[in-house]
Amino acid sequence: MRFQLMVLTAVAAALVSTSVSAHRAWLQPSATVLSGDDAVVTVDAAISNTLFHPDHFAMPVDDIVVTAPNGDSIDIMNAAKGRYRSVFDVELKQQGTYKIARASGGLRAFWRDEEGNRHMWPGRGEQADEAEFSTAVPADAKDLSVSRGWRRVETFVTVGAPTTESLQPTNQGLELLPVTHPNDLYATETATFKLLIDGEPAVGAEVEVVAGGMRYRNSQDAIKVTTNEQGEIQITWPQAGMYFLEASYRDDKAAKPATIRTGGYSATFEVLPL
Amino acid sequence: MRRFWLAFLMVTASSAAVAEVNLTVTLPRLNVAEYHAPYVAVWIENDRRQATQVAVWYDVALANGEGQEWLKDMRQWWRRGGRALSMPVDGITGATKGPGEHTISTQLSNALAELPAGKYTIMVEAAREVGGREVLRLPIELPLNNANLPVVVEGQNELESIRLHN
Repeated sequence: MRFQLMVLTAVAAALVSTSVSAHRAWLQPSATVLSGDDAVVTVDAAISNTLFHPDHFAMPVDDIVVTAPNGDSIDIMNAAKGRYRSVFDVELKQQGTYKIARASGGLRAFWRDEEGNRHMWPGRGEQADEAEFSTAVPADAKDLSVSRGWRRVETFVTVGAPTTESLQPTNQGLELLPVTHPNDLYATETATFKLLIDGEPAVGAEVEVVAGGMRYRNSQDAIKVTTNEQGEIQITWPQAGMYFLEASYRDDKAAKPATIRTGGYSATFEVLPL
Repeated sequence: MRRFWLAFLMVTASSAAVAEVNLTVTLPRLNVAEYHAPYVAVWIENDRRQATQVAVWYDVALANGEGQEWLKDMRQWWRRGGRALSMPVDGITGATKGPGEHTISTQLSNALAELPAGKYTIMVEAAREVGGREVLRLPIELPLNNANLPVVVEGQNELESIRLHN
């Protein structure tokens, strides 16, 4: 009896850990608060667990979307991909707040064949074509799990006074709706953010906030919070610096053929000294 | 004779009420290899942290408004209204100043004259390239009472002192 319980717990733990073991994907802007008429920001884009030290994988930047203060999408410039990080510039010709983001997602299926080998569709790094679902995934496969989810990576920069036009949600996947403006964060103050899943409050999403400069300390020192009934969290910034926020959400309200809905969100924030 | 009467009238006017009030900002002489004159902002905050702008000294002379690039380094001021201004602002912005005493009279008097009675803080922030940043706070109550002047707040690094006086 106890053995069975232990096995169940182990299986449950394995399921949970596979869903959250992805590396940290981050965008780090050279500045988040700027002034003047021809400001430019340069952004590092990487996937690495040590924040914000690129030591693992350069993030592809082909699908980066920059939303300007007036809501238009603008192009990135001078993009280059190194071994461990990508880099690009954003010209900030308008006054106001810019959102720099990358989102990917869609259907994903896992199952085992008769010999017990694990299969996944689409393949790693590939985008699912829903028309192929019925032929690519055997409907009666063992341990079949079909999920629909999005992962977003974002950061924000502001020239002049902060604006909110570019911060409007797309209502697709897990997103952060700022109650406190993301470029108006100060040490010892408390910020409120709201998480949305497909445009609705994401209740019970798990959020972890970690300060940068991890190489120079011995522990993660993560702040862990869970969104309340309104999908909101509050974070009191212990000190000035760059912070990485990562949120994950999961429920069973997925559009067919999926049975699981997942959302991943991460963002980089700069907190200034008072 | 006429000159005497004029002088007499001026004296009585200034003693009746605080018609003109001055803020003297003293910038320190720093022994550093690379000295850039600091950017300085002066504003008045009410008890709800709403700002009335008084003065901003920055690199106005650089071509294409390039001196505006460092305005955000006066972080408190930037947050308390600086970022909402379209620079330069008539009667508020001016060129940077070197070490020594700099007195703000008309701008401050005008700003104070328009504010309702109550508690305020005169804020002075300085930020220097290849240097530091400092904010000094001088609490006041309007209408000002001559008997309480002058008031001096001493600084540590980037501001030697600020002095409110007649």
